Amino acid sequence: MIKNDIVIIGGGPAGLAAAVAAYENGIRDIVIFDREQTTGGILRQCIHNGFGLHKLGQELTGPEYADVFSGMVAKRGIKIYNNTTVTDLSSDRVVTARNSEGIIEVQAKAVILAMGCRERSRGALNISGTRPAGIYSAGTAQRLINLEGFSVGKKAVILGSGDIGLIMARRLSLEGATVEAVCEIMPYSGGLTRNIVQCLEDYNIPLYLNHTVAEIHGKDRLEGVTIAEVDENRRIIDQTKRYIECDTLLLSVGLIPENELTRQAGITIDPVTGGAVVDEFRQTDVSGIFACGNVLQVHDLVDYVSDEAEIAGVSAAKFVKSQLPVAQAVNTSSGNGVRYVLPQRIHTCGTENTDLYFRVTKPFGKVKIKVISGDNILNQVVRVRAVPGEMEKITLKPEMLKEINQDITVTLEEM
Amino acid sequence: MYDVLIIGAGVIGGMLARELSKYELSVCILEKENDVACGASKANSGIVHGGYDPEPGTLKAQLNTAGIQKLYDTARELNVPIKNNGSMVCAFSEAENGFLEELLNRGNQNGISGLSIISGDEARELEPELSKEVTKALLVPNAGIVCPYELTIAAIGNAMDNAVDLSLNFEVTEIVRDEECFVVSGADMRKFEGKFLINCAGAYSDKIAKLAGDGTFEIIPRCGEYILLDKEEGGLVGHTVFQVPTKEGKGILVTPTVDGNLLTGPTAVAVDTPESTNTTVSGLNKVIELAQKSVPAVDFRQTITSFCGVRASEKNGDFIIEGSKKVEGLINVAAIDSPGLTSAVAIAEYTVEILKSLGIKLELKKNWNGKRTDPHFFRNMNNEEKNEFIKKNPEYGKIVCRCEGVSEGEIRRVIRQNPPAFDVDGVKRRTRSGMGRCQGGFCMPTVIKILAQEHNISMTEVTKRGSGSVLLKGKL
Repeated sequence: MIKNDIVIIGGGPAGLAAAVAAYENGIRDIVIFDREQTTGGILRQCIHNGFGLHKLGQELTGPEYADVFSGMVAKRGIKIYNNTTVTDLSSDRVVTARNSEGIIEVQAKAVILAMGCRERSRGALNISGTRPAGIYSAGTAQRLINLEGFSVGKKAVILGSGDIGLIMARRLSLEGATVEAVCEIMPYSGGLTRNIVQCLEDYNIPLYLNHTVAEIHGKDRLEGVTIAEVDENRRIIDQTKRYIECDTLLLSVGLIPENELTRQAGITIDPVTGGAVVDEFRQTDVSGIFACGNVLQVHDLVDYVSDEAEIAGVSAAKFVKSQLPVAQAVNTSSGNGVRYVLPQRIHTCGTENTDLYFRVTKPFGKVKIKVISGDNILNQVVRVRAVPGEMEKITLKPEMLKEINQDITVTLEEM
Repeated sequence: MYDVLIIGAGVIGGMLARELSKYELSVCILEKENDVACGASKANSGIVHGGYDPEPGTLKAQLNTAGIQKLYDTARELNVPIKNNGSMVCAFSEAENGFLEELLNRGNQNGISGLSIISGDEARELEPELSKEVTKALLVPNAGIVCPYELTIAAIGNAMDNAVDLSLNFEVTEIVRDEECFVVSGADMRKFEGKFLINCAGAYSDKIAKLAGDGTFEIIPRCGEYILLDKEEGGLVGHTVFQVPTKEGKGILVTPTVDGNLLTGPTAVAVDTPESTNTTVSGLNKVIELAQKSVPAVDFRQTITSFCGVRASEKNGDFIIEGSKKVEGLINVAAIDSPGLTSAVAIAEYTVEILKSLGIKLELKKNWNGKRTDPHFFRNMNNEEKNEFIKKNPEYGKIVCRCEGVSEGEIRRVIRQNPPAFDVDGVKRRTRSGMGRCQGGFCMPTVIKILAQEHNISMTEVTKRGSGSVLLKGKL
């Protein structure tokens, strides 16, 4: 069996940034397993711009952003296995991968999970009707158009207003297709505000909130969909049904962290994020296995993926060098208006700033965000608005960490 | 001219073709779709039924009982996964308890051994997730599970390996019986001639019989909706869990599949045409409600897909397998609804006997081979064997479908093997690529590419399942 200090599963933005960070912290024996031919993950098909504003101070396309990090990895001579799929992961950090040369087994000192996420499919939604060709998840359509160079259809309806759905509404329009409607079952969009403006409003594409696709029509190729308004319990209101002729339905109805390997290794999964339960080092509850990027929690900005991956990379390096502190930890939890908090555990001995990432449950106006531990308010900030589609962050400084006497809750107060 | 033409490439036509391939006969299967197993054979419960349900004395009872062991044996010979997991029929009230007694009696009369009635607690000991409301259960040890389309594909593949022909995309529009033979014409002007014509057209078998001049029966299509769940849920039950049957069918079941998923359904609703395979809100809700009646812990958030199949039922409720009284040389193998899959091999043998009685000459082939190479030989290897195999066949090292772990080599194999896959759904049914939790989101573009290469066509010509189901609308 081969031995490596750090094995990184996934060569997307998370895996690449984690590799660079681990290298910069003194580890040289790093390998990345990537199932695609070229590293960069899903960024390779995101040819629109808007990447890197926070992290790199410039506005790049997806492939450009990936190239920055691929370049850093290449410059450091970090070994990448392309076209290589990891099939098994054990709790004692044996990684089994497969490529056209055979099966590779590695005993790693530390493993970083960076497998990304997948899209929720039509089947998972139980939309009634027929099962014709022409129904794609938005990301699959994006790949077919941007990487393979094919048109997926001429007249489309998009279900779900997540960012990929919004981006694809614009992309289809640019390729000469008509986007008849974007339906969102919730009373608000799950996408970034800038995407609603730049991808829908600029192209006169209607966004129907509180709407869903009630039925799918067509035998061979999609012929149309019935859309309808939903009530507050997201049940279809029959009287509002109307038919829209279209040959394509794109689904942008949520992303699911891809944690099959994580489960195999016996790592505890947070039912809300769909990713591993981690501490502030992004270490899971299986020693020496770390997680970052969309496999841990679905991000809206790749910049934050890179930040998170750097934490995982630095921590894995420290783990290999036996420098990761072992100390008392407390749990974090969601209070009023908060859907989840990540990391789910933090150590109280921290000597560095610790960021708590979280998402709100619904759109809020002006709110006060509080981090409390027992009777102590560790930190509080005011935001003029907070929406589920944009991840929030609040920082705990070392002196605040010292105030922790029991589990931590992040909570909102409307102002 | 063929000795025998079979119309319909479902499990019945397929098993019959395989049975006939044992003899020195020329046989051709005509199928209107782009692949085999496109009707009820791709969308049913996949159950080896225990034989307690059919009315004693019926053809259904006879062939169900005769078919059980034959199906296990044939599936194993064809290297199709089949599992004798046993089933239980659950009662939820005193009245239903009584009905279990009736089923037990029927089973005994049908010659089924090993049936027993157990208490609710005993049933829950066997199946801890079973509802507390279950009062008694009929335990059926001989029941099993099998993948119906995989079985059909294997039977037809094996028949083709033994010189049976398959003609796809052939929709029968005209059947003429002249003095010597049948002349069967298709929508595309192709013609096939055969001395004997066997109608295995499933939900369309009444229409085919009418085209041949036999209007003696009518198929009442009844649809059944199903919900398939993730492998995470697959271990919830070990047995196939039924509720007491009703007039419409065997009720909603909860069962593991041979591939490790959990399957729930079907509903039973009469529909206007066999094309009515659309799912409905009310149907899917009914599946959820009744599945949770048996097994409350079924988590439908783990749904992978829902689908609908159409049963080819007839008003008298029995199979119709006989030489046509109107048209000489025509054999109808019709009204094959449940337990059609269980009875398939027995039906094939029974049909061959009818052919004999009509005077066909049967001479066994000397070199007939009933075995089929396991298309899943690779996934069943251990890591060491896989490693060796990949070194000689690098395409098996490249994983295309990450959810089900299917490699490029396995996909190319089923496009080359009998019966070849021509479309994305065909690859899916043969390899499980696209069958997993992402439902083809990641692998479909690659599968399209491989299909285009293997069939030497453009990617825009690759379809989901033949005819107009194109996936890509041109090059950008």
